[in-house]
Amino acid sequence: MCLSPKSTRCYRILLILTLLSFLPFAALCHAEGSEVQFQEGINLLTQKDFTKKEAAIEKIAESGDKRAEAVLRALLEGTLFRVKKDNSIVYGSKEGSKITITSILTGEELGSVKKRKAKKITINNALRTQIKNELAKIELSNPDAKVRLDAVNKLMPTLTIESSDLLANLLKKETNSEVSDALKASIAIIGLRSPEKEKRLLSLTELKGNLNPAVRNELNRLINEEQDKAVLHKAKSALSTIESKIAFFGLVEKGFFGLSLGSVLVLAAIGLAITFGVIGVINMAHGELIMLGAYTTYVIQQLLPDSIGLALFLSIPAAFLVSGLAGIVIERSVIRFLYGRPLETLLATFGISLILQQAVRSIFSPLNRSVSTPAWMSGSLQLNPILSLTTNRITILVFSLLVFAGLYMLLKKSSIGLQVRAVSQNRAMAKAMGVRAARVDALTFGLGSGIAGIAGVALSQLTNVGPNLGQAYIIDSFMVVVFGGVGNLWGTLLGGLSLGVANKFLEPWAGAVLAKILILVFIILFIQKRPQGLFPQKGRAAG
Amino acid sequence: MLGILALVTVLVPMCNLLIPQASPLHISTFTMTLLGKYLCYALLAISVDLVWGYLGILSLGHGAFFALGGYAMGMYLMRQIGSRGVYGNPLLPDFMVFLNWQHLPWFWHGFQWFWFAMLMVVVVPGLLALVFGWFSFRSRVTGVYLSIMTQALTYALLLAFFRNEMGFGGNNGLTDFKDILGFSLQSDATRAGLFIASAMALGAGYLSCLYITRSRLGKLCTAIRDQEDRTRFIGYRVENAKLWVFTFSAILAGIAGALYVPQVGIINPTEFAPLGSIEIVIWVAMGGRATLYGAVVGALMVNYAKSYLTAAMPDAWLFALGALFVLVTLLLPQGITGLLRKKEVNK
Repeated sequence: MCLSPKSTRCYRILLILTLLSFLPFAALCHAEGSEVQFQEGINLLTQKDFTKKEAAIEKIAESGDKRAEAVLRALLEGTLFRVKKDNSIVYGSKEGSKITITSILTGEELGSVKKRKAKKITINNALRTQIKNELAKIELSNPDAKVRLDAVNKLMPTLTIESSDLLANLLKKETNSEVSDALKASIAIIGLRSPEKEKRLLSLTELKGNLNPAVRNELNRLINEEQDKAVLHKAKSALSTIESKIAFFGLVEKGFFGLSLGSVLVLAAIGLAITFGVIGVINMAHGELIMLGAYTTYVIQQLLPDSIGLALFLSIPAAFLVSGLAGIVIERSVIRFLYGRPLETLLATFGISLILQQAVRSIFSPLNRSVSTPAWMSGSLQLNPILSLTTNRITILVFSLLVFAGLYMLLKKSSIGLQVRAVSQNRAMAKAMGVRAARVDALTFGLGSGIAGIAGVALSQLTNVGPNLGQAYIIDSFMVVVFGGVGNLWGTLLGGLSLGVANKFLEPWAGAVLAKILILVFIILFIQKRPQGLFPQKGRAAG
Repeated sequence: MLGILALVTVLVPMCNLLIPQASPLHISTFTMTLLGKYLCYALLAISVDLVWGYLGILSLGHGAFFALGGYAMGMYLMRQIGSRGVYGNPLLPDFMVFLNWQHLPWFWHGFQWFWFAMLMVVVVPGLLALVFGWFSFRSRVTGVYLSIMTQALTYALLLAFFRNEMGFGGNNGLTDFKDILGFSLQSDATRAGLFIASAMALGAGYLSCLYITRSRLGKLCTAIRDQEDRTRFIGYRVENAKLWVFTFSAILAGIAGALYVPQVGIINPTEFAPLGSIEIVIWVAMGGRATLYGAVVGALMVNYAKSYLTAAMPDAWLFALGALFVLVTLLLPQGITGLLRKKEVNK
């Protein structure tokens, strides 16, 4: 099971014969030329000298051979070996004390050799950069536009004047507008180094407003080195355009992070807004109901390990039911005896929260569990080189708005919503009109708890699921409800989102923890001024 | 109540110091320190009972005042370590050396004097309560809102003290204390002294609260608790009464914290945790609101149960505490002492 030079030649002849029978003469010439160059490159790789290897890499890359990309990649990853016996180059993968080797030329498995019998082909950092560049060049002619775009972006920081022609050729053939824009930018970057002033000015016009980091670096370099005033002026204005654009997108990104945090707060707080606002009950166990929702997601995912996406969809109604039922049980067994005594309700529900926490700790262990995210939620949306938004945060933002809308419609349009509002505004009158107030109380509490469960599903996608999950959100949720105004869903929405955004804008200036403290202090002061929150309830119900 | 306290104050240190270890009457230093800790908790419970039982303010943030008093004491004890720390820096406490700080932060100056630290034990919690109360009571934040605000207050302090940059030792807090007023903290005699100090502080706190509740101010407080608006309409300055009683209560909590720290030997940010503050409330609820001695009974009982259960069945403690919250609020609105009083009435 070895690879003798003789058999290699055999394969080569065979290959050429095959090609002969299929291809026209001109193509054959080219194929043969590239074949020879490729082979020469491979042979050069057997040398230990790094300058020889450099030449080898160049030869392989420029041969245009289809196998070149795979060889270079293997060299970069360190899976290219030299078999000592016949000095041939092969792909190899280590398995215990043996190395399984595969032919470069045919891709045929050649069995395995002992570790000592083959030696990895080593490279240094300079070669690594070279290989990456060559690979990017090869990728530049990949049929997939996305691969081409990536390749151009990869090349941008290390452009040299020599690549100008190559890029110009590629630009002529390019059909995709994004790729051709990137190519134009690359050519312009090279143009900035041109000795002709006109060309530099032209390149600056082309680069104005380009957000690629390489462009920014190049402009900075130019500003440091440029002698000509006109060019310098133009370069500075181009740079400031770019910088203000970056600042703007930074602001957009911060705003998005803020909205995303805010949407989580809204989800966590909105159930509380119902129980606190509509039936006037302080539910300190709300955080633990969120936690139950998150654990429901975890359990369902354990039951359906193969279809994570389906499990996630199933866990939304499941978490609603689990938390909602738990809420109804709490209401029927404890809270209904304590109506009209808000401070006692607070204590009792706090006790329940301790019990739920400890129960989860005993059943699932105190360690955090991680819930996996389905593939369609784990990517990110790349809007430009500066701004990319993660998909899971976008999904949760949309999801929380949907939940809000659903809840709002339920309260405003359905008959149960009508009854809930009637009881919250005037319990005695509602009873007189035939509304069964006790049942409405239980249902409202169940509804608020169920929403908490749904919030748990969303949270499980952002953080680890653990017994302390709920505690982390309970004070924040209360702040949102108090800030937004008790008994007002719109207030909760606006309060949550604005607190989230404010938090994210304070963070870079004050640090994460201090930002949170500042927000708390702000709310404490705000409540002094407007004890009813942003949107106080109007009319008699406010009492 | 006071009689029992006086008896305990005399007997426990005597049993510890005078009776030899072999004797069954001997009380180990560990037990005495534990009891001393309970006495600090009892003082804390009294301070909560004063505002909750008599003034109707359910404070979920008294742990913050307790911890602030504790930190003031801890800072004094830290400065007493001097050059005996691990790094041997005569001026800077170990954690500052560890963080590569060159100078003592301004708020650490003065804590080398015992009298200054004791002043701070009173001033810091008192000032915080005064400022917080001034803002809250003036704008008439009451009931549940006030409770949540106090909880947010202690939560904010918890987050702040976890930060290393604050200069209070971050999440490790202050520890590794050596001596107080020149007496080694490890010796039995110092422990006994601290125990006596705690017991006396509890006695003094109890008496002063008793005095306040029986004075005209106390009557006013009860009126505010039961009908705040009506009291205001009659012409009393409700805000002022609330503010001063709340501040006094915070000072008591601070003193309790200051006595607590040298006995347990550590103070760290977890003392600020909202759970801790809410636990104090359940001590009071368990013992019986608006009785003062009920708070003491509740604090001792719940803490004894906690010490026992966390050692015997660690998992069961939170179940038990949670159940306690629910059962006490549902079935025992008057607490244990309320139950006893009812029996007396029936006789």
